[in-house]
Amino acid sequence: MTTLTLSQTKPVDRPSVKEKYDHFIGGKWVAPSSGEYFDNISPIDGKAFTKAARGNKEDVEKAIDAAHVAFKTWSKTSAAERSRVLNKIADIIEENLEMLARLETVDNGKALRETRAADLPLCIDHFRYFAGVIRADESSISEHDEHTVSIALHEPLGVVAQIIPWNFPLLMATWKIAPALAAGCCTVVKPAEQTPTSLMVLMELIADVVPPGVINVVTGFGVEAGKPLATSKRVAKVAFTGETTTGRLIMQYASENLIPVTMELGGKSPNIFMKSVADADDEFFDKAVEGAVMFALNQGEVCTCPSRILVHEDIYDKFMERVIERTKAIKMGHPLAEDTMMGAQASNDQYEKILSYLDIGKQEGATILCGGESAGLNSGLETGYYVKPTIFKGNNKMRVFQEEIFGPVTCVTTFKTTEEAIEIANDTMYGLGAGLWSRDAHELYQVPRAIQAGRVWVNCYHAYPAHAPFGGYKKSGFGRENHLMMLDHYRQTKNMLISYSKEKLGFF
Amino acid sequence: METIKRVLISEEAKETVDILRKRFGSELMFHQSGGCCDGSSPMCFEKGDFKVGSQDIWMGEVYGCDFFMSADQFEYWEHTQLTLDITSGRGSSFSIEIPMGIRFIIRSKLFTDEELQNLNPIKTGEEYLAES
Repeated sequence: MTTLTLSQTKPVDRPSVKEKYDHFIGGKWVAPSSGEYFDNISPIDGKAFTKAARGNKEDVEKAIDAAHVAFKTWSKTSAAERSRVLNKIADIIEENLEMLARLETVDNGKALRETRAADLPLCIDHFRYFAGVIRADESSISEHDEHTVSIALHEPLGVVAQIIPWNFPLLMATWKIAPALAAGCCTVVKPAEQTPTSLMVLMELIADVVPPGVINVVTGFGVEAGKPLATSKRVAKVAFTGETTTGRLIMQYASENLIPVTMELGGKSPNIFMKSVADADDEFFDKAVEGAVMFALNQGEVCTCPSRILVHEDIYDKFMERVIERTKAIKMGHPLAEDTMMGAQASNDQYEKILSYLDIGKQEGATILCGGESAGLNSGLETGYYVKPTIFKGNNKMRVFQEEIFGPVTCVTTFKTTEEAIEIANDTMYGLGAGLWSRDAHELYQVPRAIQAGRVWVNCYHAYPAHAPFGGYKKSGFGRENHLMMLDHYRQTKNMLISYSKEKLGFF
Repeated sequence: METIKRVLISEEAKETVDILRKRFGSELMFHQSGGCCDGSSPMCFEKGDFKVGSQDIWMGEVYGCDFFMSADQFEYWEHTQLTLDITSGRGSSFSIEIPMGIRFIIRSKLFTDEELQNLNPIKTGEEYLAES
């Protein structure tokens, strides 16, 4: 393994954190009933930087109690007031953006330039988006005949459970909390055990602007805190982002309580580069090259990581030469250094899993075009979790083409015809994201329609604006986040069917 | 001739299974996950807590624990031998070893042509349920 000597700007200071964080329940900081806390390890150096409360069933029950009390009021709070609260949360995140961005980097390991430019600005915008949509949202009414009127009125589901992944700790919490609050629900949130701290610091900041019990956060392990939350008969819905087995397990629990769920379960996203991409070596070609290298965004720890590059065989050499060159130029280093382009994987087990996939890829005969090993960073990062951005060349039947590695690894293969590109793209269990790059106006519409995925980026990749629905086809789950349609995943419909006629039916 | 197992287990993983059996007072099972975050990792549950069905494949028993995978995922995995191992780290998910600060992990190797001719038979979820 080669060792990379770091020459880069000095890392910025870490934000100060408390020695430990309690649960946030009913607007108060509540010590775990077990009295136990667990270390939160920063992937930067593999060392603990604070502790989180080790939640259990008793803590979860307290949080659900608090949420039910709050729901009595919050469900009747005016849309104007709910909107004001969401806007206030956004303002507070904006005022504390730099501190929260640094903290998110310490908690998760991703590069500061990403938390500054993507994670935190998106949190702010998504809260503002849902603050906005509920002011314009309306229920519907229909006149069935001159005496009969049907009113279809939205009512919030109640107290909901939201289980958050570790890859974008604050942003994924925002994607779930903002629509739930907008819809009038109260929530019990369980952050991932790898990244329990940034959300707690956000709760400290917004504790005074959110009514007690509307947002409750219980930290802890899945089996000890997540399971009692997901199995509770007192929650009206479970929202989950994660993997397929836990997704199925949560749906099993939900089936016992007959409650709805929304699931976001990952993908193996194809990024398709049509022949016309290389018609000129211009600005667009350069953009397409960057589009292929987007697999390294967030160290590849994104459900929509463009982890399969499908490129037309005629442009393979010209295109991939540039993609490899651009990938090799990715600067790895201390996640808190401003010139670091790619940081650390979120945890040691994640790091080990990625390395195990590099191994199986090699065994299956995939060719390594670049990377393929641990990054071996020094200068105090020896104990952190760094993997070189890696490109494999192989075929779509290989395990590295079919399984979500959740690391900075992409696999490239070629196609001859559009039909073949579509066939390979759809030859996967998943259907979350996809990319299509072309200069051909017909392809730009027809190919995305043929791809079985909930989000197809056309001549772009990895944009997650509010106002564009995001969610899966096939085994990638269901539900559409980031859009006003998510409100309906947190509401039910009260239909009032009203007769204004004074005449009896005459039946009895 | 003895058939080739599809799933093996390391000594360290055996020790963890022993500890968990004792702690939970029950038999255990594994279901290999796919998808994001902690996907592509084996999940350990108390036996029966995860309900397997017709879309699962029983890949065999490993150290007394049934090991399953969804049928569509198995299509891409069936040519590889899996070894259940342990790594330190903080996984998320409902897998029951996580509070111990460790995580089950799968290491894989390709079956040889010879081994492929002599593999332990699998069962569909329906066959497994009918027998149990």
